[in-house]
Amino acid sequence: MIDAMLGEHGGFILACYGVSLGVLGAMGAWTVLDGRRLRRHLAQMEARGVRRRSARAGDVRESTPENVA
Amino acid sequence: MALMDLANPTRFLALAERVLPWLAGLSAATLAVGFYLAFRAPADYQQGETVRIMYIHVPFAWLAMFGYSLLALSSLGILVWRHPLADVAHKALAPIGAIFAFLCLFTGSLWGRPMWGTYWVWDARLTSMLVLLLLYLGLLALRSAIEDPNQAGRAAAVLTLVGFVNVPIVKFSVDWWNTLHQPASVFRMGGPTIHSSLLWPLLVCAVGFTLLMTTLHFAAMRNEILRRRLRALEARAAAEAAYV
Repeated sequence: MIDAMLGEHGGFILACYGVSLGVLGAMGAWTVLDGRRLRRHLAQMEARGVRRRSARAGDVRESTPENVA
Repeated sequence: MALMDLANPTRFLALAERVLPWLAGLSAATLAVGFYLAFRAPADYQQGETVRIMYIHVPFAWLAMFGYSLLALSSLGILVWRHPLADVAHKALAPIGAIFAFLCLFTGSLWGRPMWGTYWVWDARLTSMLVLLLLYLGLLALRSAIEDPNQAGRAAAVLTLVGFVNVPIVKFSVDWWNTLHQPASVFRMGGPTIHSSLLWPLLVCAVGFTLLMTTLHFAAMRNEILRRRLRALEARAAAEAAYV
């Protein structure tokens, strides 16, 4: 069936698309899961009363060139 | 809002939250259209159906080089302006660029087997692209090998700028040496040599993958900012616990 649709080298074509979409999809999924994990941990820290100095002050321009955090 | 205002991590986070869903949707929609056009396009008169590999292989190659060029720009931001968001952008982009370089080599190898009769030759284009992948992997290894994040960022920036010499070598390798790999057929003096029925699906796929790379990069940058904030909070909590 693959041969009928994509010729005798259809397996190569499908492998290229399949692996590429699989790898990029896995990377996207990992990025989403990593983001959720980080947010959860940050929320846990804030629930324990540990907050960023700027969060206490409510200033949006807290970041200095020396420190993103 | 001035562009420089967005270079504030907090403002960047707010922007990323608003833009990311749209970017992700737009890249998925563009890629869906691109793949539809790619499989509707006529087969190549010489390569037959295997030309369909081009619609992903070529964007991967372009984006692997584009990604490294962005890393070089970020490196200037780290070394010259010492901007924290430049370091975040650099760290977030390196693994994404490595993935695109790997996929370029992987799809090229599977395209080469039916067309050239081999998965690999030590041809200038293939070898310089392999060097690009090794540079990406070297950046990842270097960052993980140095404990101090600031020092790791500066070392990675220096390596990036040194390695940037490889990008024009990848691009012009097919002109400077006799290679099994074909010469440029899209971005070249005198215009594309590829027929429009194959060119348009390629360009749509390239736009789709560029949007996907941007989406992944924005999301990875957002995660990196959150990771640094979490690390700072953990350090503060540990310091307060030690003080008490």
